[in-house]
Amino acid sequence: MPAKGKIVVNDFYCKACGLCVSVCPTQVIQLAPERLNVRGYHPAEQFQDGCIACATCAMVCPDAAITVYRLTPVAEQEA
Amino acid sequence: MTELQYKETVVFERPTALTPTQTTYCPGCTHGVAHRLIAEVIDEMGIRDDTIGVAPVGCAVFAYRFFDVDFVEAAHGRAPAMATGIKRSLPDRFVFTYQGDGDLVSIGMAEITHAAARGENITVIFINNANYGMTGGQMAPTTLPGQKTTSSPTGRDVELAGYPIQMAELIASIQGTSYVVRRSLHDARNIRQAKKAIRTAFEVQKRGLGFAMVELLSTCPTNWHLTPPDAMNWLKENMLPVYPLGDYKIHDAVKSAGI
Repeated sequence: MPAKGKIVVNDFYCKACGLCVSVCPTQVIQLAPERLNVRGYHPAEQFQDGCIACATCAMVCPDAAITVYRLTPVAEQEA
Repeated sequence: MTELQYKETVVFERPTALTPTQTTYCPGCTHGVAHRLIAEVIDEMGIRDDTIGVAPVGCAVFAYRFFDVDFVEAAHGRAPAMATGIKRSLPDRFVFTYQGDGDLVSIGMAEITHAAARGENITVIFINNANYGMTGGQMAPTTLPGQKTTSSPTGRDVELAGYPIQMAELIASIQGTSYVVRRSLHDARNIRQAKKAIRTAFEVQKRGLGFAMVELLSTCPTNWHLTPPDAMNWLKENMLPVYPLGDYKIHDAVKSAGI
């Protein structure tokens, strides 16, 4: 299935509360298991394809750390 | 096979009316959500240069650091009085107060009630999280019957400490008010509805229609001793029956303005 969307979490703001993880309908967000941010939290990250750009994670994020992108395929240039 | 190329369209990003700083709120606290919604509304209305916020005492005492708009810090509970003075001397500015339940319902009860009675043309954002967050989770006027807090360790006894104050209902009963609603921040759907209410409250002020208050039910994961997702469920199961969501007062002038 082609990607429909993606999220980018700004580590600077993320406090690893896990609300985005709990609401993601496609379960593509996790708290990074082996990475810390400057405050010592394991920041949230998108760890697999399947994001549908619904922005539910961004809607519940208390720290406005998430940017949501919708991905639309671009027709390849004719050679 | 060549990889597909994608065009990226931003669906959602951090509002510009928030400063690029980390907030002082605990992880998962919905104060941050409320801040973001206000910032989104300020961005959408294009009023960042004309907005003056009034910060409370409580967890949101540093709100002036987090919003990229003019801000003043009020004495405990006195934000509506300060907002009154600012709005009367600068009537073309958007003046909003941001208050918690310790600030607004407890020490600031007189100021909010009288500002409402005078029908001051200000917007009040009221965060109700059923305890005093900043000082360590003591019982607030909004604490639920039976709810355990650090100062009611066996649960709030209504014989001793009285009943929770339902602020939206109380303010709505005052003749001077125009727009009084209660919303919740416990899931994405309710957060979207809360944003609409905040937008309407600012539109009411823009049109000079008088006093608007939005009560937002909020979580306090740290002092409720719950994880952030569990705190959202606790709010839904325990607070909604005591604090029913709804529109408690929408003045005819607000209805006919079509906002």
